[in-house]
Amino acid sequence: MNLRGWHAGKVAGLVLVLGALALSSIAACDQMGAKKSGGSRVQDTGKGAIKIGHYGSMSGAQATFGQSTDKGIRLAIEEKNAAGGVKGRKVELVTQDTAGKSQETSIVVTRLINDDKVVAILGEVASSLSLVGGPIAQKEGVPMISPSSTNPDVTAVGDMVSRVCFIDSFQGFVAAKFARENLKLTKAAVLYDQSQAYSAGLASDFKKAFTELGGTIAAEQAYTGGNLEVSSQLQSIKGAGAEVVFLPGYYSDVGTIIRKAREAGITVPFLGGDGWDSAELAKIAGDAINGNYYSNHYSHEEARPEVQAFVKNYQAKYSETPDGLAALGYDAAMLLFDAIERSWPGDGKPIEGKALAAAINSTKDFKGVTGTFSIDENRNAKKSAVILEYKNGVPTMAARIEP
Amino acid sequence: MDDVLETTINTLAVGGLYALIALGYTLVYGILRFINFAHSDVVAWGGWLALSIAGVFGWTAAGGAPAIAVPVVLVLTMAVCAAMGVTIERLAYRPLRKAPRLNVLITAIGVSLLLQNVGILDGVFGNKPDTIRPLLANSVLGEVGAVQLRLYDLMTIAVTIALVVGLERLVYGTRMGRAMRAVSHDERTAALMGIDVNRVITVTFAIGSALAAAGGILFALRNDLRLTADASWVLLGLKAFVAAVVGGIGNVRGAAAGALLIAFVEVFVHRYVGAVFADKPWVSQLQDIYVFGILILVLLFKPSGLLGKAAVEKV
Repeated sequence: MNLRGWHAGKVAGLVLVLGALALSSIAACDQMGAKKSGGSRVQDTGKGAIKIGHYGSMSGAQATFGQSTDKGIRLAIEEKNAAGGVKGRKVELVTQDTAGKSQETSIVVTRLINDDKVVAILGEVASSLSLVGGPIAQKEGVPMISPSSTNPDVTAVGDMVSRVCFIDSFQGFVAAKFARENLKLTKAAVLYDQSQAYSAGLASDFKKAFTELGGTIAAEQAYTGGNLEVSSQLQSIKGAGAEVVFLPGYYSDVGTIIRKAREAGITVPFLGGDGWDSAELAKIAGDAINGNYYSNHYSHEEARPEVQAFVKNYQAKYSETPDGLAALGYDAAMLLFDAIERSWPGDGKPIEGKALAAAINSTKDFKGVTGTFSIDENRNAKKSAVILEYKNGVPTMAARIEP
Repeated sequence: MDDVLETTINTLAVGGLYALIALGYTLVYGILRFINFAHSDVVAWGGWLALSIAGVFGWTAAGGAPAIAVPVVLVLTMAVCAAMGVTIERLAYRPLRKAPRLNVLITAIGVSLLLQNVGILDGVFGNKPDTIRPLLANSVLGEVGAVQLRLYDLMTIAVTIALVVGLERLVYGTRMGRAMRAVSHDERTAALMGIDVNRVITVTFAIGSALAAAGGILFALRNDLRLTADASWVLLGLKAFVAAVVGGIGNVRGAAAGALLIAFVEVFVHRYVGAVFADKPWVSQLQDIYVFGILILVLLFKPSGLLGKAAVEKV
């Protein structure tokens, strides 16, 4: 910096002003309860409705993800409120649309915390967006539960961020185990979306698990989400003679890719992850979807009473069958209510972020729709997965794979 | 050999799509010297409007469309999109005809955002992906060796050739085409010679948007319909724009040639360079970088494009 031409007095004055500003901001931080240490923050007044936030892709390319999750959360809130609320307080939901975009995500998460003053946040579905929202929640000291982001890094940002789903390394393992042990196949190809952390992560986890289980990876190809001119990738896969193709993309791409693969003469089954979980997939792929498999968090056909009650209530409210994302949204909300009940002393005291996060992270044997699970030391849910097979355009339960 | 044939067909089909869209950029640039950023959204609307028009006739159920369906939908959608392009020009660009280029450019981005976001409203096209394939099954027309010749590929190539040749005829063989070239060369002198410049510009937008609609339908048949706000339409438009620049923006044949080159790099190079480096997947993952690399090379060594003429800036 060049200070020539400046009067020493001016500089000193500037330093004084800056110093005063710094001091007052430190004081402000103290008043708000040590915000800097990633610590706690009190958003609640202790009275009236408990406000919780949901940020999700209510519009955009993966719109059904956010919409299903939101429906699941709203069903949970409706049931909880009908049963008297959380320790007598009603729950109120504020939903913010990320449109599936990262720049929107940072705006709406900040808005949920600063403007809507929510006590906890649920969201996002896409891992790449939870990786944007998570650090903000962590910094501001507001607990966040991701219903369905499966990338391992999502909860690594700190003690405020947890999830109610399994992680990609497990999902990759489940797909590999199913291909090796149930389908008894030895040669796999991988085709993943290089623009999505979720897809690329899942692909490498599958490769690792599949080779460890004694299989070989015959071809590895990538595409960029949205650019579905994948003929050359499909030609390479066809030429490699794979017996199964692992395609861990999102439903908006997968349907078109599978149809093109069938037209290009690839007849082997495709195997995917929970990104396939949308009714739109069968509509876009048409008949080509049949005979393909994906791992998911639950199947609506399971006989467990939690599943059957949830499916029945969901169908009554929305006249559609809930997908896995709706079930995870429901579980995330119910786990949050459970944690508030365990950590909040009541009596007009505010709900406090740090205590709530601690209660969420110490959840044991929670009976959810997507299975009975505990939150482990990395704030991930330890649970089993199901494999669904498309038959006549409908996903049907094929296997359950334990951790 | 089969593999090379299959790759060639794919290259031609993808190149045809890029060409149809690139022509819209190149026509508008040739006449008005500005880049119509809303062009890729007209492509997206073309795809979705085709679905709506097919719905009006009840042709959206699988197997429910007669053979006449595709030509009817194609022509109607091209007409609607032509009207749309003319309206956009009339309302958004014409009032800015005398304004600095930058204003028009920013307005074009505004129109683009408007079309993207109006498109995903529930009453318009909605926010769920869809498909127009029930209009026409992608049937096998014949076989050469082990390669199946599919309807979508051949139709894309045929429609593109027909439209490019038609456009070529129009620009170089009719009075309107001569007027277009005159306006492109020197707008003020053309006006002094009695050419109705506004009419020429209207026709240009109508043609560019109709070609965009054709591109949108063919693209949707191949790749299904993603939301109008999806980034994939912008990427498609960007590649077509690169094709127009590589070929020499403002030049009809150049746009077609540029589109083929871009498609060649994307499909052919991806297939064979990727196969040579099969153990290094990142080589083929750089697909998009190769496309934009071509753009940089062309701009470095022949800034006016492969078939473009170097223009001397008049001061």
